[in-house]
Amino acid sequence: MSDVASREYDIAEAEARPADVLSHASVSDFIALLKPRVMSLVIFTALVGIVRAPADVHPLIGFTALLCIAIGAGASGALNMWWDADIDAVMSRTRKRPIPAGRVTPGEALAFGLTLSVGSVLVLGLLVNELSAALLAFTIFFYAVIYTMWLKRWTPQNIVIGGAAGAFPPMVGWAAASGGIGLESVLLFLIIFFWTPPHFWALALYKSGDYQRAGVPMLPVVAGPSETRRQILLYTLILVPLAMSPWFLGMAGLGYGVVSGISGAIMLSLAVRVYRVREGAPAEAAARRLFAFSILYLFLLFAVLLVEALRAPAWLGL
Amino acid sequence: MTDKDKRKKPPIEGIVLTEEQRKRRRARSIAIALVLAALCVLFYAVTIVKLGPAVLVRPL
Repeated sequence: MSDVASREYDIAEAEARPADVLSHASVSDFIALLKPRVMSLVIFTALVGIVRAPADVHPLIGFTALLCIAIGAGASGALNMWWDADIDAVMSRTRKRPIPAGRVTPGEALAFGLTLSVGSVLVLGLLVNELSAALLAFTIFFYAVIYTMWLKRWTPQNIVIGGAAGAFPPMVGWAAASGGIGLESVLLFLIIFFWTPPHFWALALYKSGDYQRAGVPMLPVVAGPSETRRQILLYTLILVPLAMSPWFLGMAGLGYGVVSGISGAIMLSLAVRVYRVREGAPAEAAARRLFAFSILYLFLLFAVLLVEALRAPAWLGL
Repeated sequence: MTDKDKRKKPPIEGIVLTEEQRKRRRARSIAIALVLAALCVLFYAVTIVKLGPAVLVRPL
């Protein structure tokens, strides 16, 4: 039975028992559907896009843009949980999510995700500008349809291509503030795009059993841990100089150059350690350390860009 | 039995919500109301910001 057919069967079965179609969901379950932790990263990177854009945006318009981008990201998270409820149920990391735990029905999650998707795009288009609304709509479509419904269960390159969805928020923020797409916003996109594979593959290295049980063709499951380690190192080798490029190109100050250089060197050393240490508990520890540091690395890069933009407008080259 | 007693009598058929379901439904309803109110405030404030003093200037 296909995934869709199995979902239809479950809904039909639930409808046969009237008491079960009543919602058991609390407000916090709906908030959980928005993936608040992912949302916080989206808000942060989109904020950097807004403040780095060479435009004088009114704080309320900036806040509205940020709100819409956050809700749009949350909506695509809800659609992702609706579609992936079957694999979430067999993975230890995700089995307590609202749908597999039985607190929210798939229909509720679908309606919630679609309503917020349409709502966030419409409000962004009406109150901010059309370009940012179009980019947000594309981001939601890319994450919910291209990544979740197509790539995730089909190819080990799922998170490489799907990573674009997570990379769009600063570009959407930039477009919301300036009405255009600048070179710096493309660089911000590329930094997150090339950061995603080492970040997720480090996690997949020590959670590969989970992905295997769920039938998700993550790189360690399909190509093995050795190939994954090699590709983590390759992507990190591209990522580190790319993350320094705003400084090379004069778009960011010396502070950014120093922070991106030092944190990039740590990121690279951790990726080398993951590549070299391949057996037992030390190998898992190395992967965990890389996964944890990769979050801090991205946060540091964007935090310095944010601080620099708040101190002096980026287009002045200070 | 008076008319008042009849009105108090719980329905025999249909779905009866448990206390927990009733509480959660109320919380969801309040959350929706708050979101709608916040949207009204947002649209009002953005309209003022976008139009500025021109908000009251319109052809008669």
